[in-house]
Amino acid sequence: MGDERTLIAAASGAARLWVGAAILGALVAASLVAPLIAPHDPLDQNLLNTLLPPFWRGGADPAFPLGTDSLGRDVLSRLIYGSRVALIVALVAASLAALLGTLLGLVAGFFGGALDNAISRLVEIWMSFPPVLLSIVLVAVIGAGLDAVILAIVIVDWTRFCRVVRAEVLVQKAQDYVASARIIGLSRASTLTGEIIPNILPLLIVLLSLEMGIAVIVETILSFVGLSVASDTPTWGGLIAEGRLYINQAWWLMALPMSCVVIVVLGFNALGDGLRTLLDPIMRQ
Amino acid sequence: MNDTLRPMTALLEIRDLWAAPVRQRGHALLRGVALAVAPGEVHGIVVESGAGKSLLGRAVLGVLPSGIRIAKGAITLDGEDLLAASPRRRRALLGRFLAMVPQDPMTALNPVRRIAAQMTDHLRLHLRLDRRQALAVAEALLAAVHIREARRVLAQYPFELSGGMRQRVLIAMAFACRPRLVVADEPTTALDVTVQRQILRLIRELQREAGTAILFITHDLGVVAKICDRVTVLHAGRVLEEAATPALFAAPRHPYTAALMRATPRYDRPGEALEPVPAALAEQLRAEAEALDHVLA
Amino acid sequence: MSLLEAQGLGLALPDRAAKRLFQPAPQREILKDVDLAVALGEAVGLVGESGSGKTSLGRCLVRLYQPTSGRLLFSGRDITHLGESELRPLRARLQVIFQDPHSSLNPRRRIADIVAQPLIAFGLADPATARRQAVALLDRVGLDPRLGGRFPHQLSGGQRQRACIARAIAVEPALVIADEIVSGLDVSTQAQILTLLRALRRDLGLALVFISHDLSVVRALCDRVVVLRGGVVVEAGSVESLFAAPRHPYTRALLAAIPLPEPDATWLDRKDGLEPDWETERGGGRSHADRRDGRAGHWC
Repeated sequence: MGDERTLIAAASGAARLWVGAAILGALVAASLVAPLIAPHDPLDQNLLNTLLPPFWRGGADPAFPLGTDSLGRDVLSRLIYGSRVALIVALVAASLAALLGTLLGLVAGFFGGALDNAISRLVEIWMSFPPVLLSIVLVAVIGAGLDAVILAIVIVDWTRFCRVVRAEVLVQKAQDYVASARIIGLSRASTLTGEIIPNILPLLIVLLSLEMGIAVIVETILSFVGLSVASDTPTWGGLIAEGRLYINQAWWLMALPMSCVVIVVLGFNALGDGLRTLLDPIMRQ
Repeated sequence: MNDTLRPMTALLEIRDLWAAPVRQRGHALLRGVALAVAPGEVHGIVVESGAGKSLLGRAVLGVLPSGIRIAKGAITLDGEDLLAASPRRRRALLGRFLAMVPQDPMTALNPVRRIAAQMTDHLRLHLRLDRRQALAVAEALLAAVHIREARRVLAQYPFELSGGMRQRVLIAMAFACRPRLVVADEPTTALDVTVQRQILRLIRELQREAGTAILFITHDLGVVAKICDRVTVLHAGRVLEEAATPALFAAPRHPYTAALMRATPRYDRPGEALEPVPAALAEQLRAEAEALDHVLA
Repeated sequence: MSLLEAQGLGLALPDRAAKRLFQPAPQREILKDVDLAVALGEAVGLVGESGSGKTSLGRCLVRLYQPTSGRLLFSGRDITHLGESELRPLRARLQVIFQDPHSSLNPRRRIADIVAQPLIAFGLADPATARRQAVALLDRVGLDPRLGGRFPHQLSGGQRQRACIARAIAVEPALVIADEIVSGLDVSTQAQILTLLRALRRDLGLALVFISHDLSVVRALCDRVVVLRGGVVVEAGSVESLFAAPRHPYTRALLAAIPLPEPDATWLDRKDGLEPDWETERGGGRSHADRRDGRAGHWC
């Protein structure tokens, strides 16, 4: 009985890593070689072939495997090009938010005292602003575009990293091996880099992967309301917005980009989990 | 083998008990353990810390960890086969006839619930009392374990109590239904030595009054000497020796028992050198034990 | 001249649990007027139950906690208020072994790395030499050198404690503070560690401050004993005199409470010694919950 459970657990651990890696790999590949694999130009309008269904339905045209939208543009090509935006936002925004939040969290947790107080108060005040509103105001001020979207995500989400990293640093600091570090002559800097950071890394990996998923979702929301990149660049959120209008005649126009978002977010989560298991000597048991 | 006249009907009887991990074939954790505990007897199990320490106690209580199973043998309580009992029957037995005093009082109590809630839950489940009755019984139980101001303690959370107090609460809950057998797994190891003496005294007072037998698991030979009537020495999941306490200490028959005694520091015998258990002996015993495992394969 | 000396050492920390609104937290005295002296090569046992302040005293002695009063002298030099940079070179001569071998080893470093760290940190060896020395040290403390490549969670409690000892003696300190290092171990492992410590003391001329709640263990290892209760030294003396004729009632109660491995069915019925008050005895348990509530610097 316990036998089966442990086998399943072990298998799913490895499976998660591979599934996540596969999805991320597909995303990266799609973005990089979009011009090569997309069957059509995503902006190419073809008013004779509007609202064609995807290949599994009657009346489909093999030239447009996933159908076309209301302006005759190929859905598959638009999805592939849309992956570029998703990927850039996921990687850049999540990493920057992680960097900023982690640095401040490390400083607050490790040095404590007035520095900790200042940073913690800043985080508290910052978190009291409604995030979506903040993003929208920011975009309205700076102007729509990829930079604005990335900036909006970083500005809102760094606090998540800061709080969690700070809490974890405090936990590690209370451990005897940190006290030992002082005794055996390590400088504070060495203690922070050599002792504490390796022990918060697993947590960071999970947070980062979660954040990537969140970034994709935030970008989707912003482009849904038209506050993301310029409207001629296809984004999944934009596709969802367009598809919403034809939900009765062509539900796939909305469902397909939504599925892409879901799959990518799941992929990031799985990858994060798998990476953490892979890199952590304790969990490798 | 036995020095004293044993009663014909033992309360707890363990016969040829083998426990093994579910996934590993041919490797055992308990190897042919056999012992008998008479009604009202305090029976010590001397076993070193390690993987198999709590296994015997857990096997008796029916709460083995998920990766471990009973491969062979029998455990009977008052003639009833515990291993064959249905989960329903087991739940009925636990608390009423079988109870446990754990090692770490902090993790055994729910840190976010008040003492009153935890005790009344336990009492209502096993004694079928309503809330008011259970509360009254809880108060009486705390008085029986010599806690003054029982009402105040009932209103507190576990973290507000000292370790000794928490252990008293757990002992009160264990003896609440006057069980026939209590499995005490290192109940005083986490306590200060002065508190330990009080707790040991309390355990003995309660068990004498209720006629409860105790399976007292510990690695401390001193504790065994003061509270146990009989002792079983376990090593690598095997019974090495079993005897009445005075006989065991006066003339231990197995070299391991003697080695354990020599490894125990005594403040009243400073001249005696402290000798760790010889590695050769430990190795030999382990090899002997593992050689028996073919029985399971 | 003593190697390490504490004179009138006191430690008071704010008691946040008793803090009232808009008022500073009241000070709680963890240690009060503690005198302690350790000579070269001497082993001093520091004995007390939970809440006695013995772990806090141990940490004060190495300036992990800052004493709030009194003086601390190391080889005659006043180190009470020295800054961290001035203390660092001295730390090579004053090492500590902590109680919990699991939390005192970085879970994500290999054992040999951990043992080699002090050598590298104090500039006593380059990384390659340090690693070689680490392997030799593992052998010295009775560990299979192959364990050097493992992580702490792969070792047993006794093995981890040996690794901690190896790390502590790596820089050949003059004094080692051992904080309850055999408390969680079973009898035979405990005996092995004690035998190891005796051998190391003999071979390295190591002085030892051995913190423990177990008087029997202290007797087996130490030359002198200091008994602590509620942050105050109640008795101190050589092991011979203290055990033969304990003067303070608390010491007598401690001794009387120890169950010797001699069958005695009436021992539990006798009521010699101090009986702590059933209810107000705050320090009744040695669980980690009592010991530490997450903030560095809180009392033990």
